[in-house]
Amino acid sequence: MSEPIVWLTIFILSIFVGIEVISKVSSTLHTPLMSGANAIHGIILLGAILVTGSTDNNLALVVGLIAIVLAAVNMVGGFMVTDRMLQMFVRKPVKKTAATDGSGETK
Amino acid sequence: MPTWVQLVFLACGVCFILALKGLSGPKTARNGNLLGAAGAVVACAVPFFWGDLNLKHVPLILAAILVGTVGGVYGARTVQMTQMPQMVALFNGVGGGAAALVALLELQENGEYFDWFPLAATAFTIVVGSVSFAGSVVTFAKLQELMTSRPVVFPGLPVAFGGSFVAAVVLSVMLVNDPQMWTGIVLGLLGLLIGMLLVLPVGGADVPIVISLLNAFTGLTVAAGGYVLSNTVLLIAGTLVGASGTFLTLLMANAMGRSVANILFGALKGGSTLGGGEVSDRPVKSAGPEDIAILLGYAERVIMVPGYGLAVAQAQHTLRELVDVLIARGTHVDYAIHPVAGRMPGHMNVLLAEAQVPYEQLIEMDDINSEFKHTDVVLVVGANDVVNPAARTTPSAPIYGMPILNADEAKQVVFLKRSMRPGFAGIENELLFDPKTTLLFGDAKDTLSKLLAAVKAL
Repeated sequence: MSEPIVWLTIFILSIFVGIEVISKVSSTLHTPLMSGANAIHGIILLGAILVTGSTDNNLALVVGLIAIVLAAVNMVGGFMVTDRMLQMFVRKPVKKTAATDGSGETK
Repeated sequence: MPTWVQLVFLACGVCFILALKGLSGPKTARNGNLLGAAGAVVACAVPFFWGDLNLKHVPLILAAILVGTVGGVYGARTVQMTQMPQMVALFNGVGGGAAALVALLELQENGEYFDWFPLAATAFTIVVGSVSFAGSVVTFAKLQELMTSRPVVFPGLPVAFGGSFVAAVVLSVMLVNDPQMWTGIVLGLLGLLIGMLLVLPVGGADVPIVISLLNAFTGLTVAAGGYVLSNTVLLIAGTLVGASGTFLTLLMANAMGRSVANILFGALKGGSTLGGGEVSDRPVKSAGPEDIAILLGYAERVIMVPGYGLAVAQAQHTLRELVDVLIARGTHVDYAIHPVAGRMPGHMNVLLAEAQVPYEQLIEMDDINSEFKHTDVVLVVGANDVVNPAARTTPSAPIYGMPILNADEAKQVVFLKRSMRPGFAGIENELLFDPKTTLLFGDAKDTLSKLLAAVKAL
């Protein structure tokens, strides 16, 4: 199999996986899901690191560092803000059980 | 690329798939997100341990990562839950911007060795990444109310949009034939212009759909970037986000009963979501907090319909207190959550969860719609379009076809409203003029406090 075909295969299969894994999402979770997906494309940080780390040109270095800062904001901020949202869904029932049985057992 | 690097990247790709899978179920969502974060951190750590790569400028790179991390943490920690949509838009925009810059750098470093297909992918990444960046910035400005949230349309906008689009295609072809740096830079600038022109005509209510769409764009940009850099994990992650983001956009548009094309270009055809926004002078029945308190206090079944107005007034906590008092009095109270209540689908659940409303009291539209017939009082707080019967009855209304909460089937309906101004969709709500409807004017938080005091005094 030639190399472009391998790439195309990964691309096409990923499309189906991407649709399939979220196809049963409830509307309650649309916002956190969008935010989580948003964080995942922060992986461009990896690309930014690789490109910046291989350049010898000063201007390119500056541009690369800007790209790294932006990508890190996307990735770190994205995952954190998603976690903050999801914490709110989870917190309440946890508190409730802690308040009713008081033993602190989580199982 | 060493085998261990490829295997680590494969594992990270699997992490992202499982992350998305986890995020689509309430029980697994948090772990899914953490798994995604773990995959991303591991993938980004790889270059530092990859000996043959001879990564240069390591201290500077680490410093830049630190700056970005601090910025991201600060934004994520301090943002108000009501402002969540614009924060997501901003995070998405900077990601798109980063992808465009990475593609420009790759063009400068290796462009001359590239075949036509990687060059086309480079051009795509530069343009769409810039579109995503500029579009997200405009989205942020609209939601943060730094600019008007109404559609901005000017004569010649379609021509300017079409013109820049054609120019971007022509320049991309030029780039493929002759990879010059200046062509790439102009493509980036064109992308910025297209992004602005794309989002300006979109009305405030539809902006969340655009955030989701731009999110999918950034995903595809990252995928194309992954191809340019021959990096599998970027390709997999980007494609996953692009595909799931596109699908999610369609789901959201369906929940609003609109098509994506209508949302993006509706304003250009004059069929904008934000209509005149005129204040009607037709007679309505209004009452004071005490009257409403009696209505609520002696009802057996009450349903709360919260909307974005509730969150803007920061009145979630007061509403919860009111519900607690009513439940203590023996009233059966639930919250009816419309899929697009708030500014984004699912946003209202987040806002009410923040106010410690028990999850079991939040009932989704499909489950509660049959309950309205048996309900004594429906209290609509800061919502409007989601209970507007025009969605069922008036084919010409912009929200026609959108599923709504059947509040009009209840025995009594009470609206807490600031004024008679129509909702986001800018259309009049017939339910306001219904004989069984009572209006209680004022700021939601203020009115709810008065209502709470009056119910307590019963």
